[in-house]
Amino acid sequence: MQKDFLLITLADDDEDDRMFFTDAFDELKINTVVNTFENGQELMNFLNHPESILPNIIFLDLNMPIKNGMDCLKEIKQNERLKDIAIAIYSTSSSDADVEETFVLGANIYIKKPSDFNALKKVLNDVVTLNWQYYTSGLRKENFLLKL
Amino acid sequence: MKLFFKIDYTILAQKVLNEKLSSFGLKYNLINTNEVLFLETVSTEQYEAIRKIVNEYGFEIIEDSKNALVQKIKDVIIEMVLQEEGINVKVSTYLSEKLGHSYGYLSNLFSETTYTSIENFVILQKIEHAKQLMVNTDLSLTEIAFKLNYSSVAHLSSQFKNTTGITPSAFQRIIEKRRELVTKNIH
Repeated sequence: MQKDFLLITLADDDEDDRMFFTDAFDELKINTVVNTFENGQELMNFLNHPESILPNIIFLDLNMPIKNGMDCLKEIKQNERLKDIAIAIYSTSSSDADVEETFVLGANIYIKKPSDFNALKKVLNDVVTLNWQYYTSGLRKENFLLKL
Repeated sequence: MKLFFKIDYTILAQKVLNEKLSSFGLKYNLINTNEVLFLETVSTEQYEAIRKIVNEYGFEIIEDSKNALVQKIKDVIIEMVLQEEGINVKVSTYLSEKLGHSYGYLSNLFSETTYTSIENFVILQKIEHAKQLMVNTDLSLTEIAFKLNYSSVAHLSSQFKNTTGITPSAFQRIIEKRRELVTKNIH
């Protein structure tokens, strides 16, 4: 009754960050399939395509050109088909106001981008492990809030 | 008259499975004729009913017994956390007595399949239960701490912060604001 991998999607305009992110997931124990987008509009185009397979977790950078993370978050939460996907904000900012605002708008996880690769691996591992518990143990998604 | 049939067992199996499984109202995908992926949580009762009904047509569920035991561990932990009076024995003793395996065995099996430890799972469940009580009841944090067998509010608060990254009061504030947002969007 369990799927044996998680589908992960990241929208981030920084190429290095996208690469680090994908590499970090490659080294985790949980099997993941990661796909990335360069901005919010590309992400939304993908999600809104009726035939795309929806990810288990979406990681959103807040500052992106064309469409930023906050706008993506709002659009996702207002969309019946997308609103139940776990959302992780993945940002360089960690002001309390930003954190709280994204949580109120429906984000589940807030990650301040770690500066080194090992810290990133640790953080992403914590996120997918916890998400896995919500996914497999019938925990209540609307109470899922995590700040790292 | 005598009729001879050529039987397509794949179609037959698919038809039977679809007919029987659809009656449960659960979302599922038939991956092969021997693999069904349920997209929703299947309760123990539903699982038993499914097993029974497909058995009649010659299908046998090849149960992954390790997964079943892990599920039992989770069930016992959740039951333990939800118990009103709280239990005075250690989780390890309670689990091994209830399930008839050594704690070492259970703990290894659990970590291997769930990517977390039993200890962490217990904490996670307690914190989840605390969240539920915060959201759905008028109990104060002190009362919740007492109900969940924490030695003090401070202990509950620090475990809450360690597990979720935010304080209980921030959690309550966020949930409150979300509710306001929803009401605003409706009106």
